[in-house]
Amino acid sequence: MNSKRILITGLSTYWGGRLAQALEERDEVEAIVGVDSEDPRVELERAEFVRVGTQHALLRRIVEAASIDTVVDSRLVVDSATTSPKLAHENNVIGTMNILAACSGPSSTVRKLVFKSSSHYYGCEQDDPAFFTESMVRPHAPRTPIERDILEAEAAVAEFAEKNPETSVSLLRFSNVLGPDVRTSHTTLFSLPVVPMILGFDPRYMFVHEDDVVSALEHMVAHDLPGIYNVAGDGVLAFTEVCGLLGKTYAPILPPWGTGLALAPLRRLGLRVPPEMLGQLRFGRGLDNRKLKATGFEYRHTSRETVLRFGEHLRLHPVVRGVREPYRYEREVEEFLRWSPSVRRGAEGLEPLSPHQFTELERLLRAYADRAGVEEPPVPEPRPPVPEPEPPEPEPVAAEPEPPPGPPVAEYDDLEAEEILSLLSSLDAPDLDAILGYERAHRARPTVVRALEGLLARQRAGAPR
Amino acid sequence: MANGRTSLRLPEPPSVRLERQARERLPATRDDDLRRLLPGVEPERRLDDWGRSERIEGLMDRTLYEFFYRYWFRCEVEGIENVPASGGALLVSNHSGALPPDAAMIAKALREEHPRPRELNITVEHFFKGFPGFSMLIPKIGCVAAHPANVQRLLHDEEKLVLVFPEGRKGTEKLYRNRYRLRRFGRGGFVEAAMRAGVPVVPVCVVGAEEAMPVFAQMGALQRLTGLLYFPITPTFPHLGPLGMLGYLPAKFKIRFLEPIHFEGDNPHEDKAQVQTWAHEIRARIQDNLYEMVARRRSVWFG
Repeated sequence: MNSKRILITGLSTYWGGRLAQALEERDEVEAIVGVDSEDPRVELERAEFVRVGTQHALLRRIVEAASIDTVVDSRLVVDSATTSPKLAHENNVIGTMNILAACSGPSSTVRKLVFKSSSHYYGCEQDDPAFFTESMVRPHAPRTPIERDILEAEAAVAEFAEKNPETSVSLLRFSNVLGPDVRTSHTTLFSLPVVPMILGFDPRYMFVHEDDVVSALEHMVAHDLPGIYNVAGDGVLAFTEVCGLLGKTYAPILPPWGTGLALAPLRRLGLRVPPEMLGQLRFGRGLDNRKLKATGFEYRHTSRETVLRFGEHLRLHPVVRGVREPYRYEREVEEFLRWSPSVRRGAEGLEPLSPHQFTELERLLRAYADRAGVEEPPVPEPRPPVPEPEPPEPEPVAAEPEPPPGPPVAEYDDLEAEEILSLLSSLDAPDLDAILGYERAHRARPTVVRALEGLLARQRAGAPR
Repeated sequence: MANGRTSLRLPEPPSVRLERQARERLPATRDDDLRRLLPGVEPERRLDDWGRSERIEGLMDRTLYEFFYRYWFRCEVEGIENVPASGGALLVSNHSGALPPDAAMIAKALREEHPRPRELNITVEHFFKGFPGFSMLIPKIGCVAAHPANVQRLLHDEEKLVLVFPEGRKGTEKLYRNRYRLRRFGRGGFVEAAMRAGVPVVPVCVVGAEEAMPVFAQMGALQRLTGLLYFPITPTFPHLGPLGMLGYLPAKFKIRFLEPIHFEGDNPHEDKAQVQTWAHEIRARIQDNLYEMVARRRSVWFG
């Protein structure tokens, strides 16, 4: 596995979070950094979260600073019911361009890009083939904004792949996802007591289980597989068959002509059918998933099994609803859990640092020492487990000499004020102190100084931000 | 291919180029190897991946097809041994009748007469997928859209039997006075498909379908109004309503399977001249046999 230092964009999407959790289990992964503009929605152990949108200058700095070798982009919006068309376009097209810009260039450390796309790329038309292979191009121009966005984003990725031949680019086109945790327009549709369908049409559907989505992304990270891959569980189901498997009644209440108009009153009743779903309800879509299977990937669920699992969830959901508290991200708690000396890790007391953590620590300490001009870097030796709890992490900070005369963050002088501000939330008190001292001594920008002072005051007072 | 249709050959866009470059970098995933990766059969399902329903097809087979095959058209079959018992093969037939009964009768003949009864996939126009009702029913009785990729997957990957009507719509909308005169055989796409898939072509001649539902005229205005493929005037349609479409006259059917044609050489489908030559040859063979069968026929109704 060549990917050791991984950046996940869209950590707060369902997929980003699940992938980070899966990668945390792998010991060979040294660092996982997740970025998003919102808080993560799943509990993470060692993946680090940085609150950054898709500003490419900031992403670039993160990529360089952490010498990221693999970028996984799981951020694409493929369901227009979840957001407004404008925001979706911003995220899908502009966001993709920014992320690609952050990964490209001759000095870039990125060697692999995994891009999560959607089978909406192919569209749904009357004269479609029964199974789309990866090399097929959609026969007609896109009809919906989401499809247009996906085409544009994929074109940008293709261009990136062409201009950066040394970077391995894998692009995954997922079919409709079902599962207990994921929410899409289709899960909403199938949760209705009576499932509406278009009169006279029985579209083709393929589903992929949410766990298979995560393992497909992980498979791409673990192996170097440049190219485009369709991801869909085996078997093409008919819509009526899906309803039968779910134990639902279907009602062909949507007229075959003027379907869009008929949907307006339904929207008032709370059923929102996004335009890209309308094509699927009419013709559906089949994918040829064999190329991914040929790389050694094994699906754990066929389309049919995916639907059956989802059906079980639908029946169980009203019973167990609300039993489990949803996870909420609190930075203080996360930091306490990760770095506090009071946290007893494991039943035996302090756990020894893993070899990766040691090399990381050593690297950091050398960097600090170099910058501070210390002759002999204080390298800690690997120790056996110590009985009494001793803080492993704050040590480098404590062993650090006085705040160095140079900038506390690499290339600090080049940073704009707002870039500094967005970095601040990921730093802790000693570093903040150092930055404050440096800022006061040099440029003394009022916005930065104020923000730093406020942050420090809040941290000392222990008040939640 | 027609403009705008998904085809196997189009100018290469960036995504395809990326794909090709990736394939060149990853020679393990050759297209031939993908055959073993076809999805397995799930025995609990009643539909296959093409949407074919054993239940509905079986029901049609036991009732409607059985009645027409045995008692109404009294089908007579020769040369059934020319259809291979295993592996893919492309059946090419003449086409006639407003709602053509020939496809169903060929399928029924294969099930009834062939030593190893095989399922037949019938290619139909894309039109049916877009028309409400047809869209639901057509795949369930074993029809697939006539897309080159579909034919390739069925013939090469799944090794099934596929029936095509190269005349297409031109065959079924032709008038009674043009009966048994074959229309143009497309652009030879069917030969190309068989060559690409590496399967033989079995020409099929059907006599009787022309008289079962003679078309006297085509109403262009009504066709545009209803959005159908064409709007024929037959002995029973339209004055007996939509069911008049099933009002076949009891003509005697004769189905003859000709000897299979195997293609030689590597990638013969890339040789356009050869494709065209074979298309003409196959058309000529079917036409000759049709004339011969019609000439020997003493009565339209009793054979």
